Amino acid sequence: MSAGPEPGVVAADVGTTPALGPVAHWGPWRTGLAILRRDLFVTGREFPIFLAQVILQPLFLLFVFGKVLTELGYARAGYQEVLFPGLVALAAVLTGLQSTALPLVIEFSYSNEIEDRLLAPLPVGAVAVEKVVFAAMRGFVAAAVMFPIGVWILGSVPWRASTGVAVVVLMVLGSMLGAAMGLILGTFVPPHRINVTFALVLTPLIFTGCSQYPWPSLDQLRWFQVVAALNPMTYVSEGLRGLMVPYVPHIATWACFVVGATYLVVLMAIGMYGFNRRALS
Amino acid sequence: MSTGSQRVTVGHASVRGPAVPGSLAVEVEDLVKRYPKAPVDSLAGVSFQVERGEVFGFLGPNGAGKSTTIGILTTRIRPTGGRAVVAGVDVAGDPVGARRVLGVVPQQNNLDRSLSVRQNLVYHAGYHGVPRAARNQLADALLEQFGLADRPDGRPDDFSGGQIQRMMIARALMHAPSVLFLDEPSTGLDPAARLFLWEKVAELKAAGTTVVITTHDMDEAATLSDRVAIIDHGTLLALDTPQRLVRSMHGERTLDCTVEPGATGDAASLALALAGLAGVRVVDQLDDPAGSGWRFRIDVDGEAAPFVAPVATVVADAGARLTDVRLGEPNLEDVFIELTGRALR
Repeated sequence: MSAGPEPGVVAADVGTTPALGPVAHWGPWRTGLAILRRDLFVTGREFPIFLAQVILQPLFLLFVFGKVLTELGYARAGYQEVLFPGLVALAAVLTGLQSTALPLVIEFSYSNEIEDRLLAPLPVGAVAVEKVVFAAMRGFVAAAVMFPIGVWILGSVPWRASTGVAVVVLMVLGSMLGAAMGLILGTFVPPHRINVTFALVLTPLIFTGCSQYPWPSLDQLRWFQVVAALNPMTYVSEGLRGLMVPYVPHIATWACFVVGATYLVVLMAIGMYGFNRRALS
Repeated sequence: MSTGSQRVTVGHASVRGPAVPGSLAVEVEDLVKRYPKAPVDSLAGVSFQVERGEVFGFLGPNGAGKSTTIGILTTRIRPTGGRAVVAGVDVAGDPVGARRVLGVVPQQNNLDRSLSVRQNLVYHAGYHGVPRAARNQLADALLEQFGLADRPDGRPDDFSGGQIQRMMIARALMHAPSVLFLDEPSTGLDPAARLFLWEKVAELKAAGTTVVITTHDMDEAATLSDRVAIIDHGTLLALDTPQRLVRSMHGERTLDCTVEPGATGDAASLALALAGLAGVRVVDQLDDPAGSGWRFRIDVDGEAAPFVAPVATVVADAGARLTDVRLGEPNLEDVFIELTGRALR
């Protein structure tokens, strides 16, 4: 300590610890992590609410389509194996999307909350990346909890240890894809249009993403197959199907990874452009 | 950069940021901003400098370019041309570095509504790399200093506008900025909250923090600022201390006097005697609607205040009594009207 112990006065040189004031070698990475820590803190505090929020829809889909319809004989016995990987994909993508889109709309317009982060010492683009990373974490958690729920409702889920790592990677990719789509929605859609946009985007996204049916089986319905091929979620659903239930017809797994990753790069580029446009003028 | 000694006084929570090379806190050279699709420049080549430790006021009507200037200085708006340097850091070239050394108190509440008051301060310091122990210590000191220590765990939504304002200032001080930007800080505040704010700005100045403040309030600009820049249509019209700006005015300095007549003498001879004082240009006798005495308007050279005593003497010598004097001196508002040709509000 350099200064004498004056009462009520703390003096410190930068570089010695503990210093009052920022440390000299604080990098943008650490600022990004501090912002991520804030998001994790806020979500962690409301974790049960978060879980209820993300689980409910896939849970009902799983229960009605996987359990009720098969028990009543309206769906074939193997349908739940087709459905389960698709619902994991749906949980990852949708939760990722909702975790960026809505907060961004609110923070850029009503609450201005994002300003404190835009004024933190890190590049503006890094704030967007943090949003996507955090949203992807939420998406991943939502997708991961589908497994115990699946075991609970269906009795078992088609998990294979040999493809476990690839499944996890694809779940991460799916969550990031959703978060990147949310980044685009959250930065391009004006606040007063967000409700109608959600209605117009989410429903087609949910039902054209091959979560309830395998893509190759759509060759009877060519136009719909083409539409489904445009949905990034299709490659997550199909990829998970290929890894978890390889005997069900599916798009080649490598193709799912390649197309999914390409989509991620493109969507992120568009989303980052939108974010920069909103953050800087 | 950002080496050099740094001192934070907790008892008073005054904060001095990293050493600034030279004595300039802000350097702006020929700053130009044209927004996409806008027909004219929002900033048309503005240049000024702010000394370290100075309170610098930006005065101008809405849309004059104040917020654009502050936006550029705080890295949220990209300049079309020119150069802006804050605490030695070029804001366009190194925005991340600039954000380390500046603090911003925006016009609108942008507090983190998911966090408590104290957490708002602590997390902000975390983003800026203030070590954990220091964060908590500083947060407590600043909450105390800004009169927020009684409800540190409340959510920002439950506080009044004045308290929100104080929270945002306290938050901005958490990372010991070299330059603090306050954008229209007293807009929407009640008089008590406004006075509290003024007091705090004076304290910050006393502690050596450079403060750049935008306002469209003449009193605020005159009371708080060491120097005032008057800006309109994206151009800097004047820049000086409030006193010198006022002194440079060509407008009239007058004394409006009310005199209770004595037993002898008349108004005309008193007016003549007053006109004989050195520095007095014209003496007009005004109507006195109350009918209780004589009223004169005396036009003088230079400032009006030094004429009060001689006028009183002349009146007393004439056997009358001076009962009221009003000094008519131009204020910042008159300066503004003369420069821009219109009133501020």
